[in-house]
Amino acid sequence: MSTAIAFLTRRKGGKFWHWTDIVTWVWLIGGLIVMFGPAVWLTFSSFKTPAGLAEFPPSLLPYVTQQVRVEGYEKPLPLFNAKLADGSTRVLAEVRRIGIVSQMVDPKAPGEIIKVRIGDREPVREISFATENYTQPFMQFDFFRYLWNSVFVTVTATLITLIVNSMAAFALSKYEFKGRNAAMLVILATLMVPLSVILVPLYSIISSVGLFNSLWGVILPTVATPTGVFILRQYMLTIPDELIDAARMDKASEWQIYWRIIVPLTAPALAVLAIFSVVWRWNDFLWPLIVLSRRELYTLQVGLSIYSGELNVQWHYILAMTVVTMIPVVLVFIFLQRFITTGIAGSGLK
Amino acid sequence: MAQPKPPSERPAAPQRHDWLSVLLQPVHLVMGLADYPLRYLQKKTGIGGMAAFFLAPNMLIFAIFVLLPLVINLIYSVTGGSALFLDERSFVGADQYRQIFDCTNYLDPMSCQEDAFWTAVGNTFWFVVLQVSLMILVSLITALILNRELIGRSFWRAVFFFPVLLSPVVVGLIWRWILQRQGLLNSMLYPLGFEPYTWLSDRTFAFAAVVGVSIWAHMGFYTLILLAGLQAIPKDLYEAAEMDGTKPARIFWRITLPLLMPNLLVVIVLALIKAVQVFDEVFVLTGGGPGTSTLFLTQYIYETGFVSLPRNAGLAAAASILMGLVLVVLTLLQLGIARKNENKGKR
Amino acid sequence: MGSITLSNIQKSYGAVHVLHDINLAIEEGEFVVFVGPSGCGKSTLLRVIAGLEKVTGGDLKINGTRVNDVSAADRGLAMVFQSYALYPHMTVRQNLAFGLENSGMPKPEIATRIAEAARMLEIDSYMDRRPGQLSGGQRQRVAIGRAIVRRPTAFLLDEPLSNLDAELRVSTRAEIAALHARLKSTMIYVTHDQVEAMTLANRIVVMRAGRIEQVGTPLDLYNEPANRFVAGFIGAPHMNFIEAEVAGSSPDGLTLRAGDGTLIPVALEGTALKTGEAVSLGVRPQHIDLANGDLSSGLAASVRMVEALGSETVIHAETLGQKLLAIVPGQRRLVAGETITLSWKNAPLHLFGADGLRIGTAQPR
Ligand SMILES: Nc1ncnc2c1ncn2[C@@H]1O[C@H](COP(=O)(O)OP(=O)(O)OP(=O)(O)O)[C@@H](O)[C@H]1O
Ligand SMILES: [Mg+2]
Repeated sequence: MSTAIAFLTRRKGGKFWHWTDIVTWVWLIGGLIVMFGPAVWLTFSSFKTPAGLAEFPPSLLPYVTQQVRVEGYEKPLPLFNAKLADGSTRVLAEVRRIGIVSQMVDPKAPGEIIKVRIGDREPVREISFATENYTQPFMQFDFFRYLWNSVFVTVTATLITLIVNSMAAFALSKYEFKGRNAAMLVILATLMVPLSVILVPLYSIISSVGLFNSLWGVILPTVATPTGVFILRQYMLTIPDELIDAARMDKASEWQIYWRIIVPLTAPALAVLAIFSVVWRWNDFLWPLIVLSRRELYTLQVGLSIYSGELNVQWHYILAMTVVTMIPVVLVFIFLQRFITTGIAGSGLK
Repeated sequence: MAQPKPPSERPAAPQRHDWLSVLLQPVHLVMGLADYPLRYLQKKTGIGGMAAFFLAPNMLIFAIFVLLPLVINLIYSVTGGSALFLDERSFVGADQYRQIFDCTNYLDPMSCQEDAFWTAVGNTFWFVVLQVSLMILVSLITALILNRELIGRSFWRAVFFFPVLLSPVVVGLIWRWILQRQGLLNSMLYPLGFEPYTWLSDRTFAFAAVVGVSIWAHMGFYTLILLAGLQAIPKDLYEAAEMDGTKPARIFWRITLPLLMPNLLVVIVLALIKAVQVFDEVFVLTGGGPGTSTLFLTQYIYETGFVSLPRNAGLAAAASILMGLVLVVLTLLQLGIARKNENKGKR
Repeated sequence: MGSITLSNIQKSYGAVHVLHDINLAIEEGEFVVFVGPSGCGKSTLLRVIAGLEKVTGGDLKINGTRVNDVSAADRGLAMVFQSYALYPHMTVRQNLAFGLENSGMPKPEIATRIAEAARMLEIDSYMDRRPGQLSGGQRQRVAIGRAIVRRPTAFLLDEPLSNLDAELRVSTRAEIAALHARLKSTMIYVTHDQVEAMTLANRIVVMRAGRIEQVGTPLDLYNEPANRFVAGFIGAPHMNFIEAEVAGSSPDGLTLRAGDGTLIPVALEGTALKTGEAVSLGVRPQHIDLANGDLSSGLAASVRMVEALGSETVIHAETLGQKLLAIVPGQRRLVAGETITLSWKNAPLHLFGADGLRIGTAQPR
């Protein structure tokens, strides 16, 4: 154990803690709290009932007041630890509250009403996860549709991106033809054109081809990513040309060369692009917000932002759906984070 | 024929990814069937034709969804009316731009006809300045710390990277939840004697929150690039400096910073380009409010073009072209820096 | 079936002319080796034949049919690449099957062909491995196997042995020779290793700077090189060239004057060389011997360096005002600086004109 601690707190040389070691660890632990804390806090909150959410100051875990059924009363009654006049404490159920006085009964002997000042009673609380925050939006609201739309957009756009980008990258890396450099230049130039600059005309193009209020209108403008072409091409340049010559001698058509040789050999780069694309498309917001105006077409991001923008925000649902929206990204983070970080460090793309 | 003994008999590869190959069966089938028409195409057009075929889908999508919009944007910006179709719009020349630049006092957005635009410009300017400078500082410190001899460096790197993957909507909601009246911030301040406060209704604080949240959300990305840059600095330089008894501060100023400069410049320009376009998380966090205190350019374009009635596509287009110009300048700057770095690398 | 005819083949990349007017007829079943210095266009010529590069001029015929516009896939040739170019993501078996599947061959037939090739090349034991799990020599076999299963009109091999270590190269060389004897198909083989060329070829094509310098059997090239380039290129170590001029001629020979003024009488019939013309006299190091002190029949030389290889001794000498290499059998006790006498009593002396072209083979007199 002590060696484990020694190992974990090993420092740059020397026996004593240098001030930089202290700064380092304060920064790291602080970072851990600041970076993960908010999401964790949100996740805990998402399991609270509306009453629990309204509490101030809030508790970390989702507590609810315990309730019991008492003979003679229709509804379940909340339980309290009540301090009685004689100084003893008993567990009582509250029947009703009048001003600062609470009328209580003993659940075991419900006949006699005991009056307790509300300051002298403490609710009996238990941890309870309000899973209805998760189930309700799916059943009563359209969140299942939103989830499906998001999945559809993400998966379709990623597949098309992979195919279209890898085909273009193949052409740009393994063929000599006139205008190759021009095509490359166009692709690089489009890196400069962010969505926010072409918002209005893109919208008019989408509407004039009838893709307004269609998930395809969300998908199509995003699939020809210049970054994708770029990283795939860089990778394909490392595949020896002799392999392609060999395949040609082996009677492979150009399409077969692409599909049977190039694509399998580009798998690592395709995987990185796929991960990026999934995160990009899952997180897309502004463009779906513009293209999709019918409720049943919203993606999760749009649905969340619309619901959270309503006057009377139903936070318990919003929080739960936020967690649902986070899940795929968190999974990517846990399992594929290494791919992404090396991908970014290598190419500087985002 | 004699079989030469291989230098090392490696075991046969285990059949990996069996489920994957099963999953890919139908795809292979489709792609295999596609070969028949494509073989025919290759016969007709030759290998050059196939190159065009491979390039076509991507370029077509580019042309329709990126290049064409650029052209239409220009047309929009010199035509007026609320119609969306080009033939229903009338030519107005530079009127849209004139309207944008119609101010009595250029230092006061309120004196302009398009006061919202200039407010957005002002807000965006201050946002860019604050966000980029603070974020680069924080990222640099984090990268320097992560570059020390550290147990679990990749874990810590991941910690700071986590928010980068979150969607802007989620980021906005997380912080809205924390900054609301009964939120975590208030409940942490409450024991210290502060009364609960609706932070996001405070003009100054809302702006600060927007800056802070966007730093929170994006710093991991820049940390990563800077860390990669730091790790590319040869270790023996540090060892040599240490042998000479150079002070750590001096090592930082004389070795680390100069060698990191190329990366740092790239990162700064990249951050500038992103910051100019800030929208998503702010839109969810504050919606541009309170008032117009966190209204930024992209949101101005969005609202002018899509939300306000009547829609003013021309004005939105003109505004986005002005923003595009800024971005082009920044991108050219970035390319220039990248080229300079490359040349340095060659020498 | 398997004759290949090249007439006036030209190849240029833009303004860069790589092949100039190549004419060559390759007979069915022949083993032809292309040799030449690096960058002379050997690979390009091979790729042109394969159909991987389009010719910019001339005609290419396979079995009498013009194939200029036939794609690589349809020429019926197979190629073995220098880097082997095995598909890294496929097993050995899949590598062999790929080309056959593409030509739509039925599965059982593919299986028998692969089995046959595997037996012939003794690669059966690693048919389910990937190329990354094979040694260089094993990969080499698979690459050849991939060509064999196709039963091509002709095999094209581009420096197939250059990635092997010296020992393996020798054994594989012998295997390729055996393979040719067995399959009897046309093979075109590119190398810049002249030992490979000499041992394997029926005919050698010597190339320089995109042109064919000489075509002939290995011994033809060795014995009667058409020009100074071929003479220097074929044979290891290189032929010695003694720069000289004609000092005088008689009906049965010439007298040459070397750089330092020494007169060298040679026997050569029927030349039209005039006095004063510059020539070079080529003599292979192996044809020079030590004359035991008999100065009358030899050249006085000083030893610059001696390499004792055991079976033979390489002597770097200086004579006639230039450097000269001699290889003498056995072990000799010599030290640098020593003066010795060299003799080329029975050596063929190759005489080249100022333009580098062969004049004839002379005998010392
Ligand atoms: N795609 C190309 N574009 C322009 N020039 C080329 C191209 N391919 C080859 N060359 C040139 O053609 C010449 C012949 O090249 P080739 O590969 O045939 O040489 P080689 O004889 O095989 O040499 P090596 O023994 O080194 O393999 C070289 O000078 C080379 O630079
Ligand atoms: Mg070559």
